[in-house]
Amino acid sequence: MTAPARVLIAKVGLDGHDRGAKVVAMGLRDAGFEVIYTGIRQRAADVVRACIEEDVGALGLSSLSGGHMANFADVVKELKKQKVLSRIHLFAGGVIPPADQLKLRKLGFFAVYPPGTSLQTIVADLTSRLKK
Amino acid sequence: MKFDDWRKKIYESLIRKMPERRPAFQTSSGIPVEPLYSPENPAAELGFPGEFPYTRGILASLYRGKFWTMRQYAGFGTAAESNARYKYLLAQGQTGLSIAFDLPTQLGMDSDDELARGEVGKVGVAIDSIEDMDRLLDGIPLDRVSISMTINAPAAILWALVIAVAKRRKVPLAKLQGTIQNDVLKEYIARGTYIFPPRPSLRVVTDIFEYGGRAVPNWNTISISGYHIREAGATAAQELGLTFANAVCYVESAVGRGLDPDDFLPRVSFFWNAHNQFFEEIAKFRAARRIWAKLSRDRFKAKNPRSWMHRFHTQTGGSTLTAEQPLNNVARTTVQALAAVLGGTQSLHTNSYDEALGLPTETAATVALRTQQILAHETKAGDTVDPMGGSYYIESLTARLEEDAMSIIRKIDKMGGAAAAIEAGYPQREIQKSAYAAQVALEKKEEIVVGVNEFRARETAAVPVMKIDERPERDQIRRIRAFRKKRKAAAARATCERLTRAAESGENLMPFIVAAVEAGATVGETTLALKKVFGEARHERTL
Repeated sequence: MTAPARVLIAKVGLDGHDRGAKVVAMGLRDAGFEVIYTGIRQRAADVVRACIEEDVGALGLSSLSGGHMANFADVVKELKKQKVLSRIHLFAGGVIPPADQLKLRKLGFFAVYPPGTSLQTIVADLTSRLKK
Repeated sequence: MKFDDWRKKIYESLIRKMPERRPAFQTSSGIPVEPLYSPENPAAELGFPGEFPYTRGILASLYRGKFWTMRQYAGFGTAAESNARYKYLLAQGQTGLSIAFDLPTQLGMDSDDELARGEVGKVGVAIDSIEDMDRLLDGIPLDRVSISMTINAPAAILWALVIAVAKRRKVPLAKLQGTIQNDVLKEYIARGTYIFPPRPSLRVVTDIFEYGGRAVPNWNTISISGYHIREAGATAAQELGLTFANAVCYVESAVGRGLDPDDFLPRVSFFWNAHNQFFEEIAKFRAARRIWAKLSRDRFKAKNPRSWMHRFHTQTGGSTLTAEQPLNNVARTTVQALAAVLGGTQSLHTNSYDEALGLPTETAATVALRTQQILAHETKAGDTVDPMGGSYYIESLTARLEEDAMSIIRKIDKMGGAAAAIEAGYPQREIQKSAYAAQVALEKKEEIVVGVNEFRARETAAVPVMKIDERPERDQIRRIRAFRKKRKAAAARATCERLTRAAESGENLMPFIVAAVEAGATVGETTLALKKVFGEARHERTL
């Protein structure tokens, strides 16, 4: 039997809205993933350190404050610096305008989930990436 | 025929032939919904508007006198940009201001703080100093337009800035009208913009109550908020129960410091959500009035009827808005706003249809305001008081929501009150459970959200999305740095030191905070002066 795939769900920056982050975390947990949630107001360096320590295969970032471009770019930069970007699947969710969704995908996010995304979609996407 | 006979003979024989469309009907709070309500359902305590327990309204004439205050929450970029939006909204017939601050301001950070990067001017306006507040309120007559400010952990500081600007303009403080949200307990539960730990935060709330009663008597010193608790996933009953448990905590802390409840309760206000389940929402507002009247009179022993009157602001439900087919949100917002009006709200914010995509554009914000004007002037919904009163269904729901909310309050009392319950993570976990259950119901299609899990469009008509660029952040950083050079630094520093000493001593902090911001101390510096004594809250991550 293989170990369950591990996912970190993180809130970076100052945004305190974490209903979505927690619901996704709970949904992934129910689907058999091992999920770690960082809590709010994390720094990029803390998130990346947690990714390495917890040896996760995927990292989900959530933002509803409009600060996503700066905050998420910081995380990507830090993942590169720690040389782990290539082995972590990145996804994002929250209130993120369509134009920024495209930019984030170019930065390396495999998906950006807007409000209304079903858990089934997120679970299916992560399953195909992590459980191969 | 009796109700039970009707149910057995007529209804049940019918549904054997034509089955109901779902196995069970219930409200968001899990209250079972019967096929019909009749005079046999309990409808106690109806009374009259303007009479205890105020189920039908706190004011006998309600909207026959004047409509609710149309108060659209707005703010972005720099003070000058937000000021222009306020002037536009007032020119369009809005009747009160509601200021949204950016996250650094809400967390007591200056705009050039390292942690503020990327967040300056995003979800609201950036305010760092008296100069910013002066510009934000430029041309706004402070003695006539009421100002509501969504500010919590640093509420005392932002309020002090308004007071300082009013003093500069020689507006008598007794004429200032407005509201500070100042509801820090729900920040730990649901909203996340806390700074200090709960106990010192409660002390500042009491200081504000005391100072307000003495110096700024027409200002609402708190707006205890179910809104964010509901947005985080709570049901209607939890919204009531958890919010009133917080209210009990604020009142009892103030009374514990020796304040007379009648000196501050008349300035205590509330802030509720309006979601889609129309009848349950109307009943919720009515139940809220009844619960507060009873708590104030019977538990807090207030004697002044003004202390018993539950005044509230309502905002339509942000979390009910969909990114899919965004124009559908106009319909949702309209129904939610109508529930608030039928529930007797004192003021109302209607969301814009594009808010699941970003901050509202001017076009979307205008439609939202127009929705209120249509409700006021075209539907005539305000021409009689409590038009839903006496409906068997509404009265039954009102009674049931009151009961369910009271049982949550009793549970929290047993845990030692709201502050202790929050420290134990109880409200956070309860809300999370409800949020997850709601999502699971969507996944299973037990609940339908139009355009999301049913009736999806192949392609969504794109609506323009408001773009906030990085320029306001750069401008604001330049402004705060220029301000620090211009002011008398020694005077600002000295007032901050006096504030720190006052925080150690237990004196009322408000006069010290007003003195500090008048001397040019920034929001960040004033917050830091308090942090030295109060420390910082831990980030919980209950999951």
